[in-house]
Order: sequence, then structure tokens, then C-alpha cells
Amino acid sequence: MARLEILKTYKIYIGGKFPRTESGRYYIAENAKGEKLANVCLSSRKDFRDAVGAARSASGDWGSRAAFNRGQILYRIAEMLEGRKAQFVDELQQQSVSKAAALKEVETSIDRLIYYAGWCDKFQQLYSAVNPVASSHFNFSVPEPTGVVSVIAPQNNSLLGLVSVIAPIIAGGNTCIVLGSYSKPLCVVTFAEVLNSSDVPGGVVNILTGKPEELAPYFADHMDVNAIVCCEKDAVLQKMIQEKASLNMKRVILYDSVNWQGEAGQSPYFIMDTQEIKTTWHPIENIGGAKAGY
Amino acid sequence: MAEKTIVIPSFSLPARIDQVGIEERAARFTKRSIKNETKLNGLLLTLNMIDLTTLEGKDTVGKVKQLCYKAVHLHDEYPGLPTVAAVCVYPSMVATAKKALGDSGVNVASVATAFPSGQAPRNVKISDVKYAVQQGADEIDMVISRGKFLEGEYNYVFDEIAAVKEACGEARLKVILETGELVTYDKVRRASDIAMYAGADFIKTSTGKISPAATMPVTLVMLEAIRDFYYKTGKMIGMKPAGGISKSKLALHYLVMLNETLGEEWMNNHWFRFGASSLANDVLMQLMKARTGVYQGKDYFSID
Repeated sequence: MARLEILKTYKIYIGGKFPRTESGRYYIAENAKGEKLANVCLSSRKDFRDAVGAARSASGDWGSRAAFNRGQILYRIAEMLEGRKAQFVDELQQQSVSKAAALKEVETSIDRLIYYAGWCDKFQQLYSAVNPVASSHFNFSVPEPTGVVSVIAPQNNSLLGLVSVIAPIIAGGNTCIVLGSYSKPLCVVTFAEVLNSSDVPGGVVNILTGKPEELAPYFADHMDVNAIVCCEKDAVLQKMIQEKASLNMKRVILYDSVNWQGEAGQSPYFIMDTQEIKTTWHPIENIGGAKAGY
Repeated sequence: MAEKTIVIPSFSLPARIDQVGIEERAARFTKRSIKNETKLNGLLLTLNMIDLTTLEGKDTVGKVKQLCYKAVHLHDEYPGLPTVAAVCVYPSMVATAKKALGDSGVNVASVATAFPSGQAPRNVKISDVKYAVQQGADEIDMVISRGKFLEGEYNYVFDEIAAVKEACGEARLKVILETGELVTYDKVRRASDIAMYAGADFIKTSTGKISPAATMPVTLVMLEAIRDFYYKTGKMIGMKPAGGISKSKLALHYLVMLNETLGEEWMNNHWFRFGASSLANDVLMQLMKARTGVYQGKDYFSID
């Protein structure tokens, strides 16, 4: 007897769990030929609200972990992704990417995770400074995570783009809520499964699927979100985001013309985009005769 | 209902609570559809029913003053908000709270009787209560002797509550059963009956120091005890769930349960209180969300 194939339910990822959207809505993802691929959750603002709650409660622990430990976990994500390479290549192909391009996209994604895993405990030394001041203080500046970041991920390069925006954010100790590609959602959801099996604490990365134009206003005006990353090249959308983000002075980071495939798609500066520089004035005693430099 | 002659029943007869029934009934209160306007009114009522609480070893005069300021100025950005019902502190902080609250109309509640364990001789407990009352407490939150209760010494527990009630004078007495230590609903019901017949003005679930604290089923058992007591004696008793209620949605569920079990007469802060500290901020965030349309973050609300 012919076996009936079990189809996967593509769900969203909030706080380390895979719920369906609270709204009960879905849309049908299609490939370039218009063939039906899957029913995908059409997330609502309440899903986003729940995700922000999860990201906020995860942020204290994640941000205060040893940077080295964050590096280990990013490396672990890469390991898990490597193990499921074939599945991602297959899903990308279903979404009308050629086999060679799909393989390249998955491999670049894995390498990118390794790249940022390495940076986790190194970028701080590059961007920190001991500052010369004219008083008896030891004065130094160090980067600290911004907090909770909402992200509208690239529409194309649904895997590589997603990885390229998430990795620097979490490498720096932030937590995030990411809206994956609307038109190519398959590997967005599958990547959430990879995260779920990679020692990434629940809530550090939350992944939604749905319409950017519907959710972007909430991504921009939620008062408990500290920064927003937008990869859409849409001037109207960008203006709206900037206006709403001003409510609580969120950082607005626009990656609308980054080529994620090449070398330009990775840099420690991406980590610094969601970092705040904290400067500390530490009083020191003036010791007579010892010519302190600072 | 006119007051009737109160006949004290025998507490050794087992009270019988249908555990499955209570839990199912309590779960159903969470499924009511609440319209926007009702929700808004419910949130404002919730704020007005809160006993803003700080009961920590590290409490300082400054902390209590800050809490009292918050009790009156919940969120000045939102004009026309009610105050909370009371501020709940340890006896040593009553004078501070009384002075800080002034004539704002917010009561000072004080825990007493060797809170939270209640493991002290009766004369120590009574002088604890008298001290708090003398310092100006409007309400006294006492704990019952759970050890004695579990030993079956119901008369001891009864007499103790009655003695504390006498020591309270004008102050209203809330009796904390610490349901988390009583284990079964039958025992919760029995302790509720003992407290009410001994003279409690309020019965209260928990100290907040033991988990589980207030749950909906336990509160329902106590509300039904209050209802039965009212039918028997014509006397209204207040209810205060405390501990573990930190989200406004849950608070609204409690209000639904209160309304459907005891009715509208109980729907005010003379007869119902929430013992909570972080609930106020969540309610405020919901109110601000309703007003501005923007999801709120805790950074923009005062620390409690």
C-alpha cells in the first residue's frame, strides 16, 4: 500500500516553543510557478506582543552570560545547521532556488554563524577604550547590548539573510523578534527548529511569519523594544518606522542595500549596530610621585 | 438580610469540597468574553482594590515612603486614576506609612502575629497587634497557627483569632489562612469557617512567602465559604487573594469569579482586595495601551 506522506505544519517560534499564531490565520506559500508549498502562520500583533515578552525575560540571562559561552552556542547553531544541510537545500529548491545556489546559500549561512561565533568574545576589545581624562579617574568605555531588537528580515535570501541579521544581534548579547521572509517562509521556520536544538535559551530568538506591512508598525512602536532592524527597501515603510521608533527613541538600523552573499554581508560593525557604549568614571587615588598616565 | 443569632457549628465535622468540581468551575471563569469598556472599568476597579505590599526583611523607611507615594500617584501621566486601597507593611513601618499617606484616603494595613510563620506565643502575637494598631494601622493582617490547625486544635485557632480580633479594636482584621500549607480544599474551607465565626472581617489566602499562593480554585472555595456564612448569619465578610496575581488578565478573571459567586455588593475595595505588588504596574501598562494604542514597556513605569 502506498504510504501517505506526513506534511509538516509550519508554526512560529516564541519563547522556545512552537505555537500556532494566536489569530488562527494562515496564508499559502507558493513557489515561482505558483505551486502550493505549505500553509504558513499569518502572525498577528498579539503574537508579536507575546514574543516581546519572551525576548524581554530572556534578555537578562543572555546578555550577562560569558561572551565565550555565547560563542559556543553560536558555534553549536552552525553544527546543527550543517547536520540538516540537505533539508535546507531541499526547501530552498522548493522555493525556486537552483540547486547550486541553494547549496551555496546554506554553506555560506553556516560559515557566517562560525564567523560571528568567533567574534562573540573579541569585538569588545576592538571597540573598548581606556580614555585619557584630566582628573583622577580611571575612565573606560565598553560596548553593552542594546536589549530587545525587532527585526524585519530580508525577503530574498530567506535563509542567509535571516542568519546574517540574527547572528550579530545575538552575538552581542541582545535578544530579538524576527519577521522572516513572507514569500519564502519554509526555511525560516526550519531555522527556528535548528535554534531550538542548539542550546539557544528560549526567548533569545523569536521567529514570526507574516506580512511586513501589517506588523511593521508594532515592531516600530512597542515601548519595550530597544532597536529595530529593517531590511525592506521601501521608503514609505522606512519613514513610518522612523517616526514610530521615535516614541521611545529606538535605534533604527536600515540594511536595505546590503549584499548578504558576499564579504560585505559580514562584519563586526554589524554587531556594533546593536551595542551601546557605556563609559565609566572610576575614581582613583592620586598617588604622589607615581606619574599616572590617566 | 437582617442579622441572625450566630450559632457556632462544630468544626470537627468534615467540610466536603468537590475538588474536581471546584477546579472545573474556577477554570470556567477564565473563559468569559469581556468587552473593551467592561475591561477598562475592570482594570480601574482592580487598581482600586490593590493592597500595595512590601514585606521584606530589607524594607527601609525610604522604600516604604516610595511605595506610599506610588499608592497615591500610580501613574501621573494618566489623569483621573484611582488610588490603591491600602499599603501593606510590617508593624515597624506603620508609623512611616501612616505619615506618608496622610489624608490621601489610602489605608495602612499591617501584618502582625509573628508574620509569616505565626510561630510565637499568644502574648507576643497580641502585643504585636496592639503595637501595630497603636502606631495607626487601619487594618491588621494576621496569620493563623497552621501547625495547631493541622494538629486538629481548632479551638486553639478559634480562640487565637478571637483574641486578636479583640486586640484590633477599630481596625479591620484580615485572617491569613496560608492555603499553600493547608494542602486540601476541605481544610481551606474549615479554616475559612473557623476564621469567620471567630470574628474575621476578611479572609485572605496567603502570606506570599509560600508557594503555591493564591489560586483561583482556592479563592473560589473561600468565596463559597463567605457566601454560605452570609446566608447563615447575614454578615458580609471580605476576601483577599494574595500572592501570585501579577497580570491584569488574571485579576479580571478573579473579578468575574467574585461577581458570579458573591455578586455586586462585594465588587468594591471594602469587601475585596488583591494582595500584590507587581500587579499595579501590569494594570497600568494595559490602561496606557488602551489609551495610546501602543504596547508599553516597564521602563516607563515607576519601580514598585
